[in-house]
Amino acid sequence: MTPHSIGRPGRRHVVVVGAGPAGLSAARAAAEAGARVTVLDASHATGGQYWRHAAGPHEQLTDEELRLQHGWDTYCVLDAAVRSHPAVELVTRAQVWAAERHDDGPRLHVLVGEPDDAGRVPLTFSPDAVVLATGAHDRTLPFPGWELPGVTTAGAAQALAKADGVAVGSRVLVAGAGPFLLPVAATLAAVGATVLGVHEASRAGALARGWLDRPWRLAGTSGKLLELAGYAAGHVRHRIPYRVGEAVVAAHGHGRVEAVTISRLDPTWAPIAGTERVVEVDAVCVSHGFTPRLELAVALGTAITTERFVDVDVRQRTSSPHVWAAGETTGIAGVDAALAEGWLAGHDAAGGAPDERRARTAVRRRAATHEVARRMAAAHGIPVQGAGSGPGWLRWLTDDTVVCRCEEVTAGRLRDTAAVTCSTDPVSVKLTSRAGLGICQGRMCSAAVTAILGAPGALESRPVAAPVRLGDLARAAGPSA
Amino acid sequence: MSDVVVIGAGIIGAACARALAVSGARVTLLDRGSPATATSAHGEGNILVSDKGPGPELDLARYAASLWPGLSEELADELGPAFPALEYERKGGLVAATTLTGAEPLLAFARTQRAAGLDARPVGADAALVLEPDLSPDVTAAVHYPEDAQVQPVAAAEALLASARRRGVDVRGGTEVVGAVTSGGRIRGVRTTTGTVEADTVVVAAGPWSGAVGQRLGAPLSVLPRRGMVLVTTRMPHRIRHKVYDGDYFGATQSADAALQTSAVVESTAAGTVLIGSSREQVGFDVRLRVDVLAAIARRALRLFPTLTDASIMRSYLGFRPYVPDHLPVIGADDRLAGLWFATGHEGAGIGLAPATGEIVAALVGGRVPALDAHPFRPGRPGLLGASGEDHREP
Amino acid sequence: MSRDDRVTITVDGVPVGGRAGQSIAGVLIGAGEQAWRTTSFASAARGVFCGIGVCFDCVVEVNGLADVRACLRRARDGDVVVRQHIAPPEVIP
Ligand SMILES: Cc1cc2nc3c(=O)[nH]c(=O)nc-3n(C[C@H](O)[C@H](O)[C@H](O)COP(=O)(O)OP(=O)(O)OC[C@H]3O[C@@H](n4cnc5c(N)ncnc54)[C@H](O)[C@@H]3O)c2cc1C
Ligand SMILES: Cc1cc2nc3c(=O)[nH]c(=O)nc-3n(C[C@H](O)[C@H](O)[C@H](O)COP(=O)(O)OP(=O)(O)OC[C@H]3O[C@@H](n4cnc5c(N)ncnc54)[C@H](O)[C@@H]3O)c2cc1C
Ligand code: FES
Repeated sequence: MTPHSIGRPGRRHVVVVGAGPAGLSAARAAAEAGARVTVLDASHATGGQYWRHAAGPHEQLTDEELRLQHGWDTYCVLDAAVRSHPAVELVTRAQVWAAERHDDGPRLHVLVGEPDDAGRVPLTFSPDAVVLATGAHDRTLPFPGWELPGVTTAGAAQALAKADGVAVGSRVLVAGAGPFLLPVAATLAAVGATVLGVHEASRAGALARGWLDRPWRLAGTSGKLLELAGYAAGHVRHRIPYRVGEAVVAAHGHGRVEAVTISRLDPTWAPIAGTERVVEVDAVCVSHGFTPRLELAVALGTAITTERFVDVDVRQRTSSPHVWAAGETTGIAGVDAALAEGWLAGHDAAGGAPDERRARTAVRRRAATHEVARRMAAAHGIPVQGAGSGPGWLRWLTDDTVVCRCEEVTAGRLRDTAAVTCSTDPVSVKLTSRAGLGICQGRMCSAAVTAILGAPGALESRPVAAPVRLGDLARAAGPSA
Repeated sequence: MSDVVVIGAGIIGAACARALAVSGARVTLLDRGSPATATSAHGEGNILVSDKGPGPELDLARYAASLWPGLSEELADELGPAFPALEYERKGGLVAATTLTGAEPLLAFARTQRAAGLDARPVGADAALVLEPDLSPDVTAAVHYPEDAQVQPVAAAEALLASARRRGVDVRGGTEVVGAVTSGGRIRGVRTTTGTVEADTVVVAAGPWSGAVGQRLGAPLSVLPRRGMVLVTTRMPHRIRHKVYDGDYFGATQSADAALQTSAVVESTAAGTVLIGSSREQVGFDVRLRVDVLAAIARRALRLFPTLTDASIMRSYLGFRPYVPDHLPVIGADDRLAGLWFATGHEGAGIGLAPATGEIVAALVGGRVPALDAHPFRPGRPGLLGASGEDHREP
Repeated sequence: MSRDDRVTITVDGVPVGGRAGQSIAGVLIGAGEQAWRTTSFASAARGVFCGIGVCFDCVVEVNGLADVRACLRRARDGDVVVRQHIAPPEVIP
C-alpha cells in the first residue's frame, strides 16, 4: 500500500468511500473507464454490510460461513477485479473522518489504523471526483427496554453472525419492518439460535398493496425476489413463524433482556389494547428500516431529499460538483441497486462515455431495483401519521422510556423540556435536554426525537464524521502536499 | 401595540426583552428563526472577567459577573425544577503562559487588572499544578481568576425567554424583520415577513446580523461575523477543574487581524465532556469545516494539557461572533433614527455580558440612569456607523 | 493468520479466549457475555446494539484507551480490555 496524497495532473483521480457492493462496483467501473482510483473503507475487509465476513483472506471462508452469504461469487469476482487492477489502490481500516469543501473541490481526511486507536496514520486526498458509497445503518424505533443488553438491531445480529460466527442469543425473536428481517432470522438459525418468530409491523393490507400491486413491474428484479423466496423456504425449513401486524412494544429484564411484550398493531402502528403477550427470550433483534450514513455527503454540501437520502441524477451525480453517490446513501433498494448505481457512479466520475451499452444496462437494472425499493417503502415504511398526534408507534413509549441511549434521556424528559422551554426546535431542545449530544451524536435517536417533538427535523451536520483522538487531530494534515 | 420591539431572540435579545418587561414595558421579541438557536447556541458559556483589560469592557464584564449568581438563582426559582439547569458555576479561571516570552506580558496584564480592583492572583508553576494537576509542567506563569464562571448558554437563553414570557413578552419565531415603519423622523415599528409590528422603540439585538438589520432599518452599523470553531470530547473522567486558557487568548480577542488566530480555552462541562475552543477568523458567514483550524486548536490545547492527547473528539461546531472593529459592545440609542436602539457587538463575550446588557438597555429606554456608565458603548462612537460591511453574504 | 488461530484477551484482568479475526464484541459474546459497559448516569448495563460502529453502546477501554468500539476493533492476542464506566462530574452545588 502506497497511498498518495493528492490528485495529479493528467489522469482523473477518483476516490471511492466505502467498499461495499456500491463502492466496489464504482471502483471497478472507474478504473475500467481509465481513472486512477483510491478505495477507502473503515472496515478491516471489503464487502460492506452485505458481504460482511471474518478478517483474513476470503478464500478461507468455511462452509458454515459460506452458507450465510449470498452472491458470494459476485463478490469474489468484483473484489479480485478491484484488487488486481493496476490503477486501483485499496486501503482498508481507512476511516474518512472529515470531508472539506474547497473552492477547487473536496478534500478528504483519513486515518488509517485500528478503529478508534490513537496514533493512526493520517492521509489527505484532494481528488478530481469522490464517490460516496457509505451505506446505511439500521433504524430502530424506541420502545421501553430497548436499551437492555440483548436487544440489538437486526443488522447487528447479521454482522456478528457473518463476521464473528456468533449468535446474539439462543432464544431470539426478530421484529420490526422490512424484508431484511427474513435473512436475519435465517442467519440466526444457521448459527445455532432458536428463532422464536419474525414479527413484521406492517399489516397484511399494506404488504399486499406494496408487494402485489401490478406484479409485472417486478420483471427484471428476479434476483432479489428469488433471494427472498429462499429465505421463505428457509423459514419453512427452520419452522420460524412469520407474523404480520405485530411489534415488540416492550422489553423486560434486569441487566439484560429476559422477555418481550408483543402486541398487535393498527395501521398506524399503534398497539391494539388487549392483544399483548409476553415471550421469554434472551435476545431480540429489532429494526424498522435503514438510515443512510450522510455525514460526508452533508459535509460536502450535497442536496438531500425530503426522505433524507443523497439526491442524485440519472448518472448518480449529486448537486455538488466533484461528488457522486451510490448505494444505500441514495435509497434503500438492496444489493442489486447498489451494484448498478455503483457502476454508473464510478463510470461517470471517471469521465466515461455516458451512452455505452453497459451504461444502458445499468440504468435498466437500477430502474428495476428501484421498483423493489418503492414497493418496500409502501409495504414496510414507518407510518408518519396516526390518529390524534403523531404516528401510532409513539404510543409504545412511556414517560420513562429511554430515547437518547447515550445521554439516557427519557421521552418524558424530552417532552417536559420542550414544554417548559416552549421550543420544539431540534437545536434548542438538543442542548437543553441533551438528547443527541452524546457519543453517537444523535445517530440512534434524532429521528425519534423529532417525531416525539412533532417538529420537522433539522438536517444533522456531523463535521467530525467519526471520533478522532486529539493527538491525531493535532497532526492532521492541512493543505495536502 | 407594544412599547418595544426587540429584534433577535438570542441571549442578548432575550435578556433585553426580559429586563424591559421587568421594568414594565410591553415587549414583542421577534426572530426570523427559532429563538436561542443562532450564535447563542454555537459558542461556549464562559463568563469571563479575566480576558478583559481595565476599561469599559472590564467594567461591563464585572457588572455582568455580579448579576449572574442572583439571576441564575432567580430564574431557577421562578421556572422550577422541570426547567433545564442553567449549570451556572463560578469555577474560576486559570490563565497559563506556555512560553518564556509569554510569561511576563501575562503577569503584567494581571497587574493592570489588579490595579483596577480585579481579583487576579499570579501563581507559580507548582501552585498552578495544584489547581490543575494535568496542566503541562512546561507552564511558565499562571494567573488564577476566582471570579470567572460558566453557564450553559442555551439553557440560559431559554430561561431568560421563559421568564420573559411569564412577564408578558410576546416571543415570535419565524418572523423576519425586513424594514422600518417611520414617521415624523422616528421609528414607529417594523415590517416583517408576517406583518407589521408597531412600537415606538425598536432594539436591534440580531447578533452578527445586526449590521444587516440596521441597514434594513436605514441605519447601517459595522458589525461583522468573526468565525470560531470549537472541539468537543466524549465524556471523560473529570480532571479539568477551571476554565483554563493560554495567555495568548487576550491577544486573539483584541486583535483586528482577519487571518486565523487560535488560542486554547479548555473547560469541562456539567455533562462530563470537555470543550476546547477556539479560533477567530474573518471569513464572512462561511460554514465550511476547516481541518487545519481544528488541528491548530488541538495543538494549542495539547500545549496546555498534554494528557488530552488520547481524548476522543466526537464533534466540532462553529459560530459567528458579532464583532465590531473596536471590540466594544454596542449598547444604546442610535442618533440617526429616533426610537432605534442597538444591543450587539459582544463578540466572544455575549453570553456572559447578556444580563448587564439587558439591565442597561432597560434603564436607558426607561429614561433611568444605568448602574454603569453606558456612554462608551454608544452606537455613535467613531468607526461604527456606516456600511455594515460586505461581509453579510449568507453561506 | 489462519482460521484456527486463537487469541486471548483479558477483560478486567480475566483471560477470555476467542478466534483470530473476531471483534472484541464477538469474543465477548462468544464467551457468553451480553453486556460490558455501564452507563454514566443510571449505571445501566450495555453491550452491542448496532453491531457496525454507529451507536457506541459497546465501547470499552482497550490497552488504556477509552471509547473503543468493541464491535469494530479486532481482538489481538494480549489486548487488555476494561469494562468502561465513566461517571459524570459531581453535581454542581
Ligand atoms: C448491519 C447491516 C447488515 C446488513 N445485512 C444485509 C444482508 O445480509 N442482506 C441484505 O440483503 N442486506 C443487508 N443489509 C442492507 C445492506 O446495507 C445493503 O444490502 C448493501 O450492503 C448496501 O450496499 P452499499 O455498498 O450501499 O453499503 P454498505 O454495504 O453498507 O457499504 C458501505 C461501506 O462504507 C464504509 N464506510 C462508511 N462510512 C465510511 C467512512 N466515513 N470512511 C470509510 N468507510 C466508510 C463502511 O465500512 C462499509 O463497508 C445490511 C445492512 C446493515 C446496516
Ligand atoms: C465559537 C464561539 C465561542 C464563544 N464563546 C463564548 C463564551 O465562552 N462566552 C461568551 O460570553 N460568549 C461566547 N461567544 C459569543 C456569544 O456566543 C455571542 O456573543 C452571543 O451569543 C451573541 O448573542 P446575540 O443574541 O447577540 O446573537 P444571536 O444568538 O445570534 O441572536 C441573534 C438573533 O437574531 C436573529 N435575526 C437575525 N436577523 C434577523 C432579522 N432580520 N429579523 C429577525 N431576527 C433576526 C437571528 O435569527 C438570531 O436568533 C462565543 C461565540 C462563538 C462563535
Ligand atoms: S454496537 Fe453499536 S457501535 Fe458497537
